[in-house]
Amino acid sequence: MDLVNPGFGLIFWTLISFLCLLIILRKFAWKPILGAVSEREEGIKDALASAENARKEMENLQADNERILQEARAEREAMLKDAREIREQTIAKAESEAQEKASQIIEKAQAAIESEKKAAMVELKSHVAGLSLDIAEKVVREELSNKDKQLKLVEGMLGEATLN
Amino acid sequence: MRINTFKNMILSALMLTVFNIGFASDPKEGGDDKKFDPKEMIMHHVKDAYGMHILTLNEGKEDEEHITIPLPIILWTDNGLTTFMSSEFHHDYHGHQVVEKGGQRFVNVHEKVYQLNEGETAVTLDEEGHPTNAHMPLDFSITRNVFMMWVSIVVLLLIFLTAARRYKKSDENVPSGIASFVEPLIVFVRDEIAKPMIGEHKYKRYMPYLLTVFFFIWINNIFGLIPILNGANLSGNIAFTFTLAVITFIITTFSGNKNYWKHIFWMPGVPVPMKIFLMPIEIVGMFVKPVSLMIRLFANITAGHIIILSLISLVFIFKSIAIAPISVAFSLFITIIEVVVTAIQAYIFTILSALYFGMATEEAHH
Repeated sequence: MDLVNPGFGLIFWTLISFLCLLIILRKFAWKPILGAVSEREEGIKDALASAENARKEMENLQADNERILQEARAEREAMLKDAREIREQTIAKAESEAQEKASQIIEKAQAAIESEKKAAMVELKSHVAGLSLDIAEKVVREELSNKDKQLKLVEGMLGEATLN
Repeated sequence: MRINTFKNMILSALMLTVFNIGFASDPKEGGDDKKFDPKEMIMHHVKDAYGMHILTLNEGKEDEEHITIPLPIILWTDNGLTTFMSSEFHHDYHGHQVVEKGGQRFVNVHEKVYQLNEGETAVTLDEEGHPTNAHMPLDFSITRNVFMMWVSIVVLLLIFLTAARRYKKSDENVPSGIASFVEPLIVFVRDEIAKPMIGEHKYKRYMPYLLTVFFFIWINNIFGLIPILNGANLSGNIAFTFTLAVITFIITTFSGNKNYWKHIFWMPGVPVPMKIFLMPIEIVGMFVKPVSLMIRLFANITAGHIIILSLISLVFIFKSIAIAPISVAFSLFITIIEVVVTAIQAYIFTILSALYFGMATEEAHH
């Protein structure tokens, strides 16, 4: 029957032994082991988190790179466009300037020609006048060299000049 | 004593087979000098004893010889402390060998030391085998269960202190050697027992107790199965399970919060007559929990031992070598089941303790 009667001695020794075991193991086994296990788990968690962060950073970097590349491309495009515009402007300006200059030159040339022409005309006129005078002098001299002719002329003139 | 109320029930359930076999072998068979009594053999294996009996040579003959590790007997008598070695009884547990120490006489009756009353020189037994002229002194003896408990404690300390040192040696807390073997078990107790039962925030306080009790029960269950240790059936001893259950009960009671006591004495959320009706049930439940812990472990382990020993006894009951293969096959089968049971029972004791702690510390969630 004493199978189910707890013996006092065994209770006593079990209690003491178990409590000693509990105290020793708690201090020298469970604390360091559980500490190490949880520390390691924290470490793993941290490592995973930092890996995730690194991945995100990498993604950000890549996005940045992409963005910078895009910007650079846009800038190049803009620069090329600008250059083309400038070139076109320059060409247009040069053309118009050239046109202007050319027309100015032409105008000047025309003006010069005009004035030359006038001068030439004036000279020609005076020359012609002189020449005419010379001719007229010579003709008159010739006509007046003989008396007959002089008379004839006077008569002719008088004939023409009909009196009113 | 509350335990007495469970006595008959447990005994009738557990020992039915043993009694049956005992009666079956009752008719006198053969002319052997000594009749084999399986009940006595089994009870002596399952119960505590004063020495570590390993082997008997030339049993039943003139030169019968016992190979035993003697253990100290420590008694607190009226005259103070009395100690002697168990070998002084010369393997007698029928009360024949009287040991005299300081004017006091002691006998061993079924592995219980009795002190003979003043003036008596021999013990007289009543019909049930209880001494009539002797009384029991307070017994602090290092019995084989106490001895095996200390062996198990030494083994536990060796395992876990070595494991702890392994972590100190490594820089990154990487387990190696024995630590890589015990770490999964410790993590199992933490993640599968403590955390789900007690909760993420409070489990840490109870971890040392849960781990210690888990490994302590497990290793003693295993030691109980090793045949040469001759059934130092510590975890199948009710004193052992009683002590652990009492510790669980004390921890539960002292960590009980307002919510826990409210659920016992004034159940929230039910009408007043129901509150009054539930109170005694809850109060009984408070004590039934540790009692169930105590009986479950004791009964499971003891039942396993009794079954194995009964199966082995078949060979001697039938006195036939032909029965041996069957008996060995069955006891091997049961032993394998028992190996599983060693872990399961340690797990159940631990998880139920954790559950009780969890109930005691649970916050109100209404």
